[in-house]
Amino acid sequence: MPTHAISTKSARRLVSVDRFLTFIRVFLVTVIVIGLLAFIWQQFDADNPFARWRNPGARGLTGDQFKGLLISGLSQGSMYGLIALGYSMVYGVLGFINFAHGEVFMVGAMTGFVASDKFQANGMWESNFLLCLVLIIVMAVFFSTFTAVVMERVAYRPLRNSPRLIPLITSIGVSFFIQNFVLGLFGPSTKSYPRLPEWLAKQRSILTFEIAGTRLLVLAVAATSMVGLWYIVERTKTGKAMRAVAEDKEIASLMGIDVNRTIVTTFAVGGAMAGVGGILWGLMFRSVTHMTGFLPGVKAFTAAVVGGIGNLGGAMAGGISLGSAESIAPLVILEPLGVPGVSQLKDAVAFTVLVLVLLFKPSGLFGERLSSEDRA
Amino acid sequence: MNTLAVPMPSSALDQDWRKVLRWGLICGGTLIALCLVGMPVELDRREIIERYLSLGYLSVVLVPIVIGWVSASQVVLEGFESRKQGLFDLVTGLVVGVIGGGLLSLLMLALDSWNLRDPLVNWSPKLFRFLTYENGMGFGAGAWIVTCGVLSLAGASLHVMPRLARRTVGIVMIGLLSLSVLEAAVSDVSEGFGLEWLTDLIYAKKGGLTLTSTFVVGAVMAVVAALTNGRVKAVTNRYREMEGIERQKASIILFAVVAVLCIVLPMFLGKIMNELLANVGLFLLLALGLNIVVGLAGLLDLGYVAFFAVGGYTTAVLTSPNSPWFAPELHFGFSLIFVVVFAIIVGLVIGAPVIRMRGDYLAIVTLGFGEIIRLLFMSDWLGPYFGGAQGITNVPGVDLGFAMVKGTDPRSVFYLVLFFCVIAIYVSWRLQASRLGRAWMAIREDEQVAEAMGINTVSAKLMAFVVGAVLAAFSGAVLVAKVGSVFPTSFMILISIIILVVVIVGGMGNIAGVMVGSFVLIGVLGGPKQPGLLQEFQNFKLLIYGMLLVFMMLKRPEGLVPSARRSRELHQDEFLQDAWLKGDKPGIDDDEDAAPLLVGDGGGEEE
Repeated sequence: MPTHAISTKSARRLVSVDRFLTFIRVFLVTVIVIGLLAFIWQQFDADNPFARWRNPGARGLTGDQFKGLLISGLSQGSMYGLIALGYSMVYGVLGFINFAHGEVFMVGAMTGFVASDKFQANGMWESNFLLCLVLIIVMAVFFSTFTAVVMERVAYRPLRNSPRLIPLITSIGVSFFIQNFVLGLFGPSTKSYPRLPEWLAKQRSILTFEIAGTRLLVLAVAATSMVGLWYIVERTKTGKAMRAVAEDKEIASLMGIDVNRTIVTTFAVGGAMAGVGGILWGLMFRSVTHMTGFLPGVKAFTAAVVGGIGNLGGAMAGGISLGSAESIAPLVILEPLGVPGVSQLKDAVAFTVLVLVLLFKPSGLFGERLSSEDRA
Repeated sequence: MNTLAVPMPSSALDQDWRKVLRWGLICGGTLIALCLVGMPVELDRREIIERYLSLGYLSVVLVPIVIGWVSASQVVLEGFESRKQGLFDLVTGLVVGVIGGGLLSLLMLALDSWNLRDPLVNWSPKLFRFLTYENGMGFGAGAWIVTCGVLSLAGASLHVMPRLARRTVGIVMIGLLSLSVLEAAVSDVSEGFGLEWLTDLIYAKKGGLTLTSTFVVGAVMAVVAALTNGRVKAVTNRYREMEGIERQKASIILFAVVAVLCIVLPMFLGKIMNELLANVGLFLLLALGLNIVVGLAGLLDLGYVAFFAVGGYTTAVLTSPNSPWFAPELHFGFSLIFVVVFAIIVGLVIGAPVIRMRGDYLAIVTLGFGEIIRLLFMSDWLGPYFGGAQGITNVPGVDLGFAMVKGTDPRSVFYLVLFFCVIAIYVSWRLQASRLGRAWMAIREDEQVAEAMGINTVSAKLMAFVVGAVLAAFSGAVLVAKVGSVFPTSFMILISIIILVVVIVGGMGNIAGVMVGSFVLIGVLGGPKQPGLLQEFQNFKLLIYGMLLVFMMLKRPEGLVPSARRSRELHQDEFLQDAWLKGDKPGIDDDEDAAPLLVGDGGGEEE
């Protein structure tokens, strides 16, 4: 970072901002450490003086509760991870935040709803669930991919060489447009997915973890898609082209790679992942509206930054860590500090994680992979 | 030497059929999307021309006209011989329209044979009746194919008309449309001046222009358009070319006229119009603040609503007797001091961590801050202080001694907002040319170069955040005094984005542009919760905002009223190319090299 002071006056100014930042860093770390210590103390002795002062009703978490939190964090995090892949790939290749990627995810979830609702109406959902699952995933992937590709063609391709903020603003517009278009098509009501069949949704006990079948399904599908993506990016010629374009568009085109096609492929693959994520979201939370894409989208971007933008493994890991942090931190750090109604602050925790990562390690936990022009 | 020429079509039927088909599909797709979103049916209630044209039909009819015009336009490359437009383009337009109308008929057929009402809420018999004019499938299909073809042809024929005719047609169309759209405003104003007979003459009882008045007003407009041809441009040019004292004088006169209008006009307006003006003013204040942050300093702040919320909550806590934790019941004027202080503090606290981030990260992090602040105000944690989801109610109005400003009297609110807007305009105008303003623009153009030139980028950026924050906080304070209560749900991220659209559509970095933007968008379409003149658009305005944002970014990133400097930045390539074509740029003097380069550039642009 260019912090070379030029005059003494500016040097003083820089220092004061830096001091303030250091203060914020220290403050946040202190809060987290105190919260953790208070939590640990509370686990050993629920009636300790600190707990009596801050959190009189404290009982601590049981092991099962903690495991439950971890599982829900993991399954939600894997969804964030799936969406984050799209952000990360597009940022790696084009160097801008595709704000509308959350809407691609929402389109997937919506498609899944429409299809599964129809399947349930004719009884196939109960009788042949696995086939239905495959079908809705295929459909969601198709529509999400279609949305992503059209978006690229109409809104982003003409802006390929404009200043960085222009495509970002465009993508905000695209996001707004898709949200309200879906609102117009399907109406404002909350759509609820049909219930999963009982044989799948029932609680199972694996390695002492009590885990609902739905979450297991979510984790399995997420892991499968991740492996598929890894294969495409690392082992196929298309993937090689994508990596080359991410590294340097001009040189890649000199090497005979069709840059436009590769960028479209990137959008398509990211869209497909978001589509799968959308289905999983629908199966897990069972409700979709036109606004479903906004918060998960922003959080998934956070996950991509946490893992290091442009880094696909990092995006998945970032998603999982963000999901876990979001589900565990309110109860483990905030509640012992005596904050009431902590579950309302889940989203605030996610955004705080973003600020924390950018304050301490802007390149993410696993390092960003960007071409030199995007690194700025 | 190469000869610079594009291939000429040999006859009117020697079209690029793939292109025509593509435009036809776009036309049909847009029409179908429009119908399924439910726009035509919902807008059908509002009449434009009594009994002949409703806003619903207009929204459908505009599509083939616009697409016909676009499909028949040709890319003219500088230095190339361009084709003379004629029959060829008319054929393009006609075919595009017919394809579009055909697709719309397919939709009708589908509507008639299947029932997809379950997922698609607008798949209704109502839509079918709307499309077929209640005359059955065959009639509807034929009518739409013919209408779309003719309208698209009309759109294309705009290219063929002589300039004067095109200008006249454009002015008459836009004039009639705005006269009809602005019905509420026009009748309100004329009522204020005691001219009810005029509105009774122009408008029909149930809304919309009458057929006779359409023709009369249209004819008057055509005459005016023909008479003013070229004059308007001459006047603006003369104004632009004025210098020194002369220019200053002209500006002062212009300013005085606007000021007198702003002060006098509301006295003649009714409640609804004054309410509308007050809303426009509130958003103008926000937009002026964001204009400093985004337009001048180039920092894309998506959490701008946070400052709005801070202003609102500070005022509510300090002035309302119902504030749950601390209720000093200060006077609005006193509380303003604290509003400014808190806005500065929050501006610095949000600004400091994000100031070093790259532009796009800054956008997302500020968005995060905007959400965090709303979530905090809503949470049970801070509930005892700020009322949580119940908010703070019973905020008194502003007691000025001689008058009371409160929501039930929108005129007084408008004057209060006007006062703050004048401050904001003055501040932005003075800052623009100041050392700080120039520093902001330098940072916007190239941060590293700005830093190398000795600009303290950190403090300049922080100042942008702080000034923007204070203006937004003023707006929040006035909003709370107007509404009389404050809730966390009034501060959704949506507001940030709508203000961003206002700034961008108006023209980033230009005060006049921002004013035009807020009048056009907030006044006509309405704010997030506030209705505009076109109340029927309530459900579609966000859709339109999204579309506008994309469209402006693609076609006119400098906005409707561009700032000269900003548009130079955005079109740098074109300026360089123009300069080079005129031979201003030294360095490339070999014609042999130049021609292929130009061809390459042209191809890229068409793509």
